[in-house]
Amino acid sequence: MSKQTTMRSAIAELVPDGASVALGLQMEQMIPFAAGHEIIRQKRRGLTLIGPISDILFDQLIGAGCAERVIAAWVGNVMMGSAYNFRRAAESGQLRITNLTNFAVALALQAGAMGVPFLPTRSALGSDLAKENEFFTEFQSPFTGEKMHAVKALVPDVTIVHVQRADREGNAHCWGGFGVMLEGVRAAEKVIVVAEEIVEPEVISSDPNRTVIPGFLVEAVVECPWGAHPSPVQGYYSRDNAYFRQYHEQTKTPADFAAWQARWVDGVTDRREYSNLLGACRQEELTVKKHAYAAPADFGY
Amino acid sequence: MTDDLTMTAPAIPETRATYTLGELMVAAAAREIRDGEVVFVGMRLPMIAFVVAKKTHAPGAIGLFENGVIRSTPSPELIYTMADPPNLLGATQTADMLTVMSFLHSGRANLGFLGAAEVDRFGNLNTTQVQGSKGLTRLPGSGGACDIASLAHRFVVLLEHSRHRLPERVSFITSPGNGDGRGWRQRVGLPRGGPAAVITTKAVLRFGEDGEAYLDTIHPGITRDDVLANTGWELGVSPDVRETTLPSAAELKAIREYDKEGFWTS
Repeated sequence: MSKQTTMRSAIAELVPDGASVALGLQMEQMIPFAAGHEIIRQKRRGLTLIGPISDILFDQLIGAGCAERVIAAWVGNVMMGSAYNFRRAAESGQLRITNLTNFAVALALQAGAMGVPFLPTRSALGSDLAKENEFFTEFQSPFTGEKMHAVKALVPDVTIVHVQRADREGNAHCWGGFGVMLEGVRAAEKVIVVAEEIVEPEVISSDPNRTVIPGFLVEAVVECPWGAHPSPVQGYYSRDNAYFRQYHEQTKTPADFAAWQARWVDGVTDRREYSNLLGACRQEELTVKKHAYAAPADFGY
Repeated sequence: MTDDLTMTAPAIPETRATYTLGELMVAAAAREIRDGEVVFVGMRLPMIAFVVAKKTHAPGAIGLFENGVIRSTPSPELIYTMADPPNLLGATQTADMLTVMSFLHSGRANLGFLGAAEVDRFGNLNTTQVQGSKGLTRLPGSGGACDIASLAHRFVVLLEHSRHRLPERVSFITSPGNGDGRGWRQRVGLPRGGPAAVITTKAVLRFGEDGEAYLDTIHPGITRDDVLANTGWELGVSPDVRETTLPSAAELKAIREYDKEGFWTS
């Protein structure tokens, strides 16, 4: 059964006001910016954003007024440092922030994926980060008596991931560093897969080791070339470092961010128009210059 | 200092040196990596330190990146983040965070590199929030820093050297160092590790048996008084304090071949 739909419908149907949304789970690569921008255009409110680090996508959603809470390990602009909307919202107390560590995000989502209430770790023992934090509780190992942290399970209402290719049922191939994508998909109530390309099911089943998402977990599939720009998609386009630098320069005040949002998000209706705004020259600069295909794996017998 | 965690590395005037402060710090960081070690590389200057170590004294080092990338060769081109395409090309494995963090958890990672807004007398790090005279300043947060500080066999911090970056005690422990001194890590349940060195823009600090930082080496052109006056507590000084070793020609070559435009090291 085809689950292919448009970005507009996927966000309208699966990301209601007040939802908890996990996105940006592959760290600095394949961040679903197109989905985030559609959330902003549809003026969602009261969202809880979940992710390890989000590079600048969380900052944009916060600046646009979509988020009420953030559960994350790091929010900023990886290449440049701080992200201003997040800082302002945090410093003024408008945003509820739960500070996790990268590993704690992974464990919380893995616990959610397994359907267990928590997973143990020694990380963050003795830190202030774990104090008065609903995601951490100290306990003693029932086997060894050692002091441990229990990290509470996290089940996002919806997880949004960007991949290289998927079929219409949501079976998806992805390559690169996965970050916490695998757990984030398995933990979520609903999953939106955004793909650079929709391919035939035979392409996916030809290389099942590259399948990161089995389609039965997926609610909606969206074909969206350049949907992760300015973050990179291996084999499709590079990271647009200048864009991250410009974002840092152009969003220092609320008025500056509003102008940025008016241009890059509200000024376009979809990713195609965004690509036009970005321009063919810039896209050409970012496309793959030297292909590096993996050796084929023989699944024959 | 910039408004955030960006490492500022002003160039030393050409008349005094043929290297930049950033290059000196990268070379010092690279030398913390021993050949054959498994290293949690981190962001910014340490990304280059790993490359330099691989190309000079530690060709057998293995790099772990939090997004799941495992490399036994340096990335072929400069990267700005660990997920940049050159860091995936030619990797040994492109796994996931649970995989590499599990290596850290089980004691298979020798060394991790961290940046920080503040580091204190006992090597505790703050990257969460700073209470200043103008109110609260929110910082980006832990990322994987708390995990690395908690679980690696040792960790090394890079930061700007100033009194407010090096307070006696951090106001918020994002990533645990030696807590309040000797024995603290064992008491709170941390299995191993702790800070090995703090590489600043003026000096290199190391840690004694008591868990407290002391001055080990001073960068060329910096005076001892300058270091002590810009540290937020009465910093102990090693009896054999010396000058930080200059970057070698091979190290400078490795740095400049990689960071061609000096984005990280100029």
